[in-house]
Amino acid sequence: MGNKKSKNWHWSQDVHALFKKLGIEQVAYVPDGGLAKLINRCQADASIRSVVLTTEEEGVAQMAGAWLGGQKGVLLTQSGGVGNCINMLSMMQECRIPLLALVSMRGEWGECFPWQVPMGQSTIPALEAAKVIVHHVDQAEKVPETVHAAARLAFDSYRAVAVVISQRISGSGSRG
Amino acid sequence: MASRRKITLDRRKVVEKILKDRGDILLVTGLGAPTWDAAAVGDHPNNFYLWGGMGGAVLTGLGLALAQPKRRVLVITGDGEMLMGVGGLATVAVQKPSNLAICIMDNQRYGETGMQETHTEHGVDLAAMAAGAGFQKYSTVYNNRELAEAIPVLYSEQGPVFVDVKVTDAPQPMTLPPRDGPMLKHRFRENLLGHV
Ligand SMILES: Cc1ncc(C[n+]2csc(CCOP(=O)(O)OP(=O)(O)O)c2C)c(N)n1
Ligand SMILES: [Mg+2]
Repeated sequence: MGNKKSKNWHWSQDVHALFKKLGIEQVAYVPDGGLAKLINRCQADASIRSVVLTTEEEGVAQMAGAWLGGQKGVLLTQSGGVGNCINMLSMMQECRIPLLALVSMRGEWGECFPWQVPMGQSTIPALEAAKVIVHHVDQAEKVPETVHAAARLAFDSYRAVAVVISQRISGSGSRG
Repeated sequence: MASRRKITLDRRKVVEKILKDRGDILLVTGLGAPTWDAAAVGDHPNNFYLWGGMGGAVLTGLGLALAQPKRRVLVITGDGEMLMGVGGLATVAVQKPSNLAICIMDNQRYGETGMQETHTEHGVDLAAMAAGAGFQKYSTVYNNRELAEAIPVLYSEQGPVFVDVKVTDAPQPMTLPPRDGPMLKHRFRENLLGHV
């Protein structure tokens, strides 16, 4: 685990290490700036299959298949992608299949792209309406422990859980 | 555009022929009629039926195929369901799962909802879309001779493979498999992994 005081520390380092500890073998994503470092770490890791999706709902279905086959996976998505997942999430709820999703927020803290705001503001209500348990985190140091707690809730209690990572952490969109 | 050839194949007979010697394949079916087709052949613990999640059959198959590289995974779904998740063909083609086979019951209709025409009725060619995505093995089947050639492809050619079977829109009786999600999941995992 990295030294949190070091200037170069990024939460993705610890979360990637956690993925390995948890035995995550599939990671699916449509890229987002706020997740780019984690995606790069996963892609560079031969023990994790990185799958680039055309739309995030594919990843929900993929995670269902992975679980059926005895593997654990993680869906990485921007907040906008949550809107693409809603109907497919019914499979997880109806079958009690675990889902761990990391959602990087836009349209929230300091957003400069107005078109990000509608979905960003709908992200948490939409997840909750789809009966996904939401863990919101707005400090980088707390991301790894939040992902860890969410993973236990997902894989050990068979629930769909989203870790919603505030734009306050990524700073995306504040550059205009 | 697909050539216009006469469609004569009966989907129930097609699925029966495909599953007759199924060995240890793992089967994922798309919502509606493909799920009823598989149930009509016979319920099986290696079947995972989608009763919803329209557009998700192929990616459920991909997640399963990546998790179980030593097992053949077959997805049987409808043309409408495939069209809803058609980007998934690109995702699958990039991953190149050698154990994944996709078979479409293409009646050129949204059968379950009242037989409305799908895009394939108007010439959209799903096999060509799979080819465009990068599938090396793809075909469209119109008759029993072509079906007899396609079945070994589904079972043993290096995947991912894609077979679009043109079937008539004759209505079929609804044969319902178990519908409880946790039961289907537990049964599938227990049979495959030895634990739920
Ligand atoms: C998201 C979503 N949109 C629409 C429907 C309604 N619906 C249920 S089955 C179906 C048609 C499926 O057509 P196809 O996959 O071609 O199967 P067929 O019955 O023709 O074999 C539709 C549109 C749905 N269940 N979910
Ligand atoms: Mg159809």
